[in-house]
Amino acid sequence: MPERKSSAPRVNDFTLKFANVNGSGSASANSLIMKAIFRMGVPVVGKNFFPSNIQGLPTWYEIRVTREGWRARSGRVDIMVAMNAETYSRDVREVAAGGCLLYDSTWPRSSLLSRDDIRTFGVPFAELCNEHFEGARARTLMKNIMYAGALAALIDLDLEVIRGLLGETFAKKPALVESNMKAIAIGYRYAKENFECPLPTRVERMNATAGHVMIDGNTAAALGCLYAGATVGAWYPITPSTSLMDAFRTFCGRHRTDPETGRRDYMIVQAEDELAAIGIVIGASWNGARAFTPTSGPGISLMEEFIGLAYYAEVPAVVFDVQRAGPSTGLPTRTQQCDLLACAYASHGDTRHVLLFPDSPEECFQMAVQAFDLAERLQTPVFVLLDLDIGMNDWMAPELRWDDGYRPDRGKMLSPGQIAGLPNFQRYLDPDGDGIPYRTLPGISPKASYFTRGSGHNRSGAYTEDSAEYQDVLDRLGRKFRTAVKHVPPAVADGRGAAAAIVSLGSCDAPVREALATLRKSGVAIDYLRVRGFPFGAEVEDFLAAHQTIFVVEQNRDAQLRALLTLETAVDKQKLRSILYYNGLPMPAACIIDGVNKALDRGVAA
Amino acid sequence: MSFIAKPKVANPGLPKNVLGLNRRDYEGSMSTLCAGCGHDSVTAAIVQACFELALPPQSVVKLSGIGCSSKTTAYFVAGAHGFNSVHGRMPSIATGANAANRHLRYIGVSGDGDSLSIGVGQLAHAIRRNLDMVYILENNGVYGLTKGQFSASADLGSKSKKGEANEQPPIDPVLLALALGASFVARSFSGDKEQLVPLIQAGLAHKGFAIIDVLSPCVTFNDHEGSTKSYAYVREHSETPVAADYIAPKQEIRVQYAPGETVSVPMHDGSNVVLRKLDPDYDPADRARAAAYVQERAMRNEYVTGLIYLDPSRRDFHAQHGTAEEALNAVSYERLCPGAAKLDRILASFR
Repeated sequence: MPERKSSAPRVNDFTLKFANVNGSGSASANSLIMKAIFRMGVPVVGKNFFPSNIQGLPTWYEIRVTREGWRARSGRVDIMVAMNAETYSRDVREVAAGGCLLYDSTWPRSSLLSRDDIRTFGVPFAELCNEHFEGARARTLMKNIMYAGALAALIDLDLEVIRGLLGETFAKKPALVESNMKAIAIGYRYAKENFECPLPTRVERMNATAGHVMIDGNTAAALGCLYAGATVGAWYPITPSTSLMDAFRTFCGRHRTDPETGRRDYMIVQAEDELAAIGIVIGASWNGARAFTPTSGPGISLMEEFIGLAYYAEVPAVVFDVQRAGPSTGLPTRTQQCDLLACAYASHGDTRHVLLFPDSPEECFQMAVQAFDLAERLQTPVFVLLDLDIGMNDWMAPELRWDDGYRPDRGKMLSPGQIAGLPNFQRYLDPDGDGIPYRTLPGISPKASYFTRGSGHNRSGAYTEDSAEYQDVLDRLGRKFRTAVKHVPPAVADGRGAAAAIVSLGSCDAPVREALATLRKSGVAIDYLRVRGFPFGAEVEDFLAAHQTIFVVEQNRDAQLRALLTLETAVDKQKLRSILYYNGLPMPAACIIDGVNKALDRGVAA
Repeated sequence: MSFIAKPKVANPGLPKNVLGLNRRDYEGSMSTLCAGCGHDSVTAAIVQACFELALPPQSVVKLSGIGCSSKTTAYFVAGAHGFNSVHGRMPSIATGANAANRHLRYIGVSGDGDSLSIGVGQLAHAIRRNLDMVYILENNGVYGLTKGQFSASADLGSKSKKGEANEQPPIDPVLLALALGASFVARSFSGDKEQLVPLIQAGLAHKGFAIIDVLSPCVTFNDHEGSTKSYAYVREHSETPVAADYIAPKQEIRVQYAPGETVSVPMHDGSNVVLRKLDPDYDPADRARAAAYVQERAMRNEYVTGLIYLDPSRRDFHAQHGTAEEALNAVSYERLCPGAAKLDRILASFR
C-alpha cells in the first residue's frame, strides 16, 4: 500500500486497536463500537486476537474502518485503546506515527514509554467508574463501556446509534440500557471537555453498508447446515470450530423444535472424541440423515482412519475444518491455512478427497449446502476448509440469500419403488459409467440389503481378496474422483491477459483483492485466480498454462496449495512462486504487494 | 469350509414364524471362522432369537468392528444391512445410525480386543448414552486373527499357547458396564443356547443399551488347560443366579418355570422378561449388590451368568435428546428448511 502522510485526516480510513485483558468483558464494548460504525453506513473489518485462555491473559481487538470496503486486516494501527497495563509498552510502540493512544490515566504510566510522534489521551476510567458505579463487577464492565463513550467523542460516533444497539442487546433488561448509557455519557463528556473532539481521524456517515450484515463464517456455515436439511451434528469441542455447533444448536432450537411438544427434528451429539464424532457422522449418513462435524487440525488427525473407511466404503460425510495454526496443538486461537494436504489425502492407502475453500461467510453459507449435496452425490467425505479468520471474525457480507426452489441432491439413492423393480441389488456397480454406484438405506427391504465394509470388497460388496476384484473397485473410485471435478465449484478468474498472476484461496482473497488494486494502480499488470474447490478443474489447468509467472499466495509455511497444484495439475513448478504468511495473524495486503514487487525487482517477468 | 457356497435349500417342513419365514431366512453367508468356534454358536443364537421374534429382516441393522467376532455380522440375517466398521469404533457408527433412524433394531457384535482394548472408550460412552441396541461381546480372552496375543480380558496367570503367563488384571465387561450405569447387563456362554437366546431376545426388547458378555472359547488359541475361557473351564465354573425368559408381546411362548420366585418385567415394546431367581439373595435391580455378587463369585473363579442387572426405566439416547418420534432420516425437507422469508428475519440480528 502506498504510505499516506500519517498526519493527513483519515476520515473513514483507519484502524482502531483495543488492548484488553481476557475475560474482562471488553468484547461487548468492542463489538458495540464496530456495530455502531457499521450502522453509520461505513464498512468495517473486525479481527479478534485472543489467547488460548479463559481469563487474565492479554487480548486484542482490531477494527478497520474502510470506506473502500476492503475486507483484509490493514496491518497498521492508527488509534490504540490501551487498557492493559501488562502490554502497555508494546501497545504504545505499535501505533503508527501521527496516530493516537487512549489509556486509563487513573495510574501514572512510565514517561519512558511516551512517544512524541503520537497523540496521547489519558482518561481516568477506573477513577470515574469508582465514582459512579458500585461493586467490582459493574466497575470492571462499565470501564469498557466508558472507553467506548470516550472513543465515540474522539471519532465522532452517533450516540443515538449506540443507544439503539444497547436497546437491542438488553431488550429484556431495560435497566441495563440506562446504566450502560450512563457510562457512555461519562466517557463521552470527559473526552469532549478535555480533548479537541472529534479527531481528524474519525467516522463520517456513509451509505455503504446497506444490504449487508456483520457475520462470522462459523455462524454462516451453521445456517448452511440448517438450510441444507442436516439433522445430525456430532462433534468434540475444539477451538476455533466450537461456535459453528453452538450456532447450529441455537438455530435448531428456534427453527427445528416443535413449539407444542418441544420434540426436535435434529440431534446434536457431543462425542467423547473426534474419532467418535466422525464415526457418528458416518453412521448417520450411511443411514440416510444429512450429518456433519465441525473440527480443526488436531481433530482431522484423529479422524483419519474413519475418513479412509468413508472413502472406501463410499459413505457421505461432511467435515468443517476451521483451520488453526499447527503443527500439533500449535496456536489454537490463531489462523492458518495449514490443513490442505492433510485433508486432500487424509487417511492411509490411496485416498483423495473433495475440498471446498470458502473465502467469506457468504461462501461458508453456500458451500455448507453444496458440501451436503456433493457428499451425497459422490458418496464420499467432503471437507469445507474454513480458517479461524473466516470462522470466528465478524465480516461484512452481503445479506445471505436463499432460493426456496432448492431441494437436496440425495444422489443415487434407490427409492423403495426402484428397489422393488430390480431383479437384485449390488452395491458397487457402475451402471452410469461415472464411477458413482447406487446405494440403499437400511429398513426398506431385504432385497436392498448389503454389507458395508472397509476390508477388500468386490462390486457386490462381498469380501474379497481377489486381486482383480479388488483393483476393479479401486479403479472405479479413481473414476469417481474424476467425476468429482464436474461437481466442485469452479475457480473464479480475474484475467486481463497479463503474463503474471496470483493464485490463491479462502481467506487470502481479501488481502489479494486489495493488493491487486494497489499493484494495478502502480502499473503492475497481474491476473488472479481463486480456487474454490479440489479436485481442480480444467479452468485451473488453463489459467496456469496461460501465465508465465504465478504467485501462489497462502497462509502456511510449506506452500501446501503450491504443492497441491504441482501434484494435481500439469503446471511447470518453476513458474510457481510462493508468497507465504504464517505467523498466525490474518494476512495483510502489504505482504502480497511486497512479495510481488520484490520478485519484479529481481527481474521476474510480469 | 468357507470355500463352499451356502446352499439355499429350504426344507418345506421347517417351522415358520408369523411372517412366514423359516429359521434359514435369518441366516447369512457361510462362516469363515475355525470349526468349533464359540462365535458360530452365538451367531446361531442370534439367528434363533430373530426368527422366534419374527423380526422383519430389513428391520435389523448389524454392526461390528474388526476381529473374528466382528466378521460374524455377515453370518446372520442376510436381509439386513450390515456395517463392518473400523477396529473398536462400532459404537460410534451405531450411535450415528441410531440417531438417523430410531425405529430399527441395532445388533452390535464385538470381541474382547475390539471392546476392551482399542474400543473401550467408545464402548464406555455408548453405555453412558444408553444407546438403544444389543451389544454382544464375544469374549475369548485372546486375539485370534493376529494369532494368539493376550487381550484385556485374559485372566491373571492364564497362559498363552506359547506358555507365557498374563500378569495384567483382566477387564470384566460386566463390572465395567455396571460401573458406567448400563441399563441391561448380562453374561452367558456361547455353548448355552437355552440361556443365550432368551437373553438376546430380552436385549432386543430392552429400550436402551443391552450388553451381553458371551464367553466364547477360541478353539485355536485359548481352549487349553490353563485358560479360563476354555469350554471345559466355563462349563465347570459358571453360576447362574438369575435366569431370564422372554415373552413376546404377541406370541405365546411357554417358558419352563424353575421352582422359586419369579418376577415379570414389562419392556417398552409390550413384551415381558421373566426372571427366575435361582439364588434366593440375588436382586437384579440392585446395581451395587449385583457388582458385589459378580466380584465375590469371581474371587472363587466363578463366572456369574444370566441377566445380572436390569433397569428398564432409564431414558434411552433419543429420550435424552428429545428427538421427534419420526425417524430423522424420514423428516421431510420442507419441515427441516426454514425458507427464505425466515432467513431474512434471522439476519435481522446481524444488521
